[in-house]
Amino acid sequence: MTLLEVTGINKTFGKLTALNDAAFTVQENEFHGLIGPNGSGKSTLMKCVAGAESPTRGRVVFAGVDITRFSPAERAREGMSLKFQITNVLPALTLYDNVLLALQAKLSLVSLVFSRSRRALHDRVMHTLEQFRLADRAYLPAAALSHGQQQWLEIAMALAGEPKLLLLDEPTGGMSYEERRVTGELLRPIKAKCSLIIVEHDLDFIREICDRLTVLDQGTVICSGTVPEIQENSRVKEVYLRRA
Amino acid sequence: MPGGSSDKVAATLGSQVVKLPSRRTETPHESTERRRILPALEVSLLVAAVLVPFVLQDYATIFATRVLILCLFALSFDLVWGYAGILSLGQSLFFGMAGYGVALLSRDLNIASIFVVLPVGALIGFVVALLLAGFLLLGRHPSSIVFVSLGTMTGAYAADRLAGGSSYLGGQNGIPSIQLMTVGSYELNEGSTFYYLALGILIIVYLLSRYLLRSQFGLALAGLRENEYRIGFFGYKAQHLKAVIFSISGAIAGMAGSLYAFHEGFVGTNVLGVVMSTQVVLYVLFGGSGTLVGAIVGTVVIEALSFWLSNSFQDFWPIILGVLLLLVIMFRPAGLVSLLLSERERVGTFGRPGKRGKNDAA
Repeated sequence: MTLLEVTGINKTFGKLTALNDAAFTVQENEFHGLIGPNGSGKSTLMKCVAGAESPTRGRVVFAGVDITRFSPAERAREGMSLKFQITNVLPALTLYDNVLLALQAKLSLVSLVFSRSRRALHDRVMHTLEQFRLADRAYLPAAALSHGQQQWLEIAMALAGEPKLLLLDEPTGGMSYEERRVTGELLRPIKAKCSLIIVEHDLDFIREICDRLTVLDQGTVICSGTVPEIQENSRVKEVYLRRA
Repeated sequence: MPGGSSDKVAATLGSQVVKLPSRRTETPHESTERRRILPALEVSLLVAAVLVPFVLQDYATIFATRVLILCLFALSFDLVWGYAGILSLGQSLFFGMAGYGVALLSRDLNIASIFVVLPVGALIGFVVALLLAGFLLLGRHPSSIVFVSLGTMTGAYAADRLAGGSSYLGGQNGIPSIQLMTVGSYELNEGSTFYYLALGILIIVYLLSRYLLRSQFGLALAGLRENEYRIGFFGYKAQHLKAVIFSISGAIAGMAGSLYAFHEGFVGTNVLGVVMSTQVVLYVLFGGSGTLVGAIVGTVVIEALSFWLSNSFQDFWPIILGVLLLLVIMFRPAGLVSLLLSERERVGTFGRPGKRGKNDAA
């Protein structure tokens, strides 16, 4: 079943056209990669899906709802979740509180004021932290983590609310080889629960984890398909060779 | 003390260093050791506050009562700035409008019962803040800090001018000789009874605020202050959170304003103006924002200093006070309480109270 359908997205910044009639679809429980050379528009396309940018033209339909004009908070309430490119954890708060903050986001204000779910959410907070191998540091401030661990915490927070679709913008940026490998391991099990869109420079990582890919060049989608199809595609080869 | 040494380094390097508020962490050992300072500070302030009327002369008790009321006012500002990151430079609008409101209640309707005055004062503050929040905070896009601070400041300035020009409100003379506040048939005069009343109200509001800020709602506010943009992507309606805390803060400021009017027996345009708003900002920055107790410490220290300095150095005490404020804000951006409280303790934790110590030590 189609979870996300993006059609005819145009995005211009002044005279610069960042995206030109971009379109792609993501199925349920699919890991979808957006790739392309620097400046090809993949991050902008991701931001249009997440609501961080609003497209000049085009439509984003998510789980049957047209969310093109929704605010990020409304998109989150529909079941979409974003991990930013730059780590954006809240450094002064403990890991535990960071995850709790993400988990309780959709509760009513009254329930928050009386802390009605503090006890009930405890197991989910700890479970999320365990999944990402951070449980032993639960009560340390997030600032105490290494860069790679902060990325994991950020992914953990993005996943905490059990979204239908997770958007990852360069999850392995600045990670060591070992950290990349572990990130792949951490992400694989979530396929049972949600879909994933991932923007990433590391093509080996993408090849390993994604089912389908969409390739962008200069703001235009040049092709979409399974990983083997993309690898055989002559236009993709041309784009990457030209830039290499 | 790691915080102290880095501050010193930054100070010696001077202008070459752009210093952001310290976000470093302490070792777990250190944080367990220093965690219990906040309750100790709260209890010692409470004990001191209870003893004040026994130690001071009558005229000083009256002064101390005024300081307590200003502490209540300062709490209201700490709630919006220290916890939600809303720079309200028009906090006196709620304080002053409630003050004028209850003064009219006394003058025109002859009502002075505390059971009417305080709720009405709080309600005026709440409603005015809610209306202002509707204009300044509830837009489709997050409003910038400059927009909010100038918007609130303009509100206070406009109210000051309007009250000054209105003959109904007494113009520049304000509303004098407000009757005494009553509890049943008992009339509350200035002095130790009024002092303990103000202290009681301050304690109740302090505890309620602390409960609110340590709740899951407080965690959402911490997220709002640290990174408003980010929490929107979790699904928080940041503007709603802001409007709620802004209105609560307005209610507290309104309550403080109505107490102030009856304690002084007089309201003038100064309670509405920008000077009053600025004063409350200084109390909180000086004491340390985002801690509640810092707002109290800041108010008491600034007011006590100006009381003492204005007696001893009549001509140039504002200059001394100004330099002191500058020094604290330059070298202790987290305020006076940061001398005692670690950052960990100031930010606090929200999940799993009671088990923190054990897990930290592990």
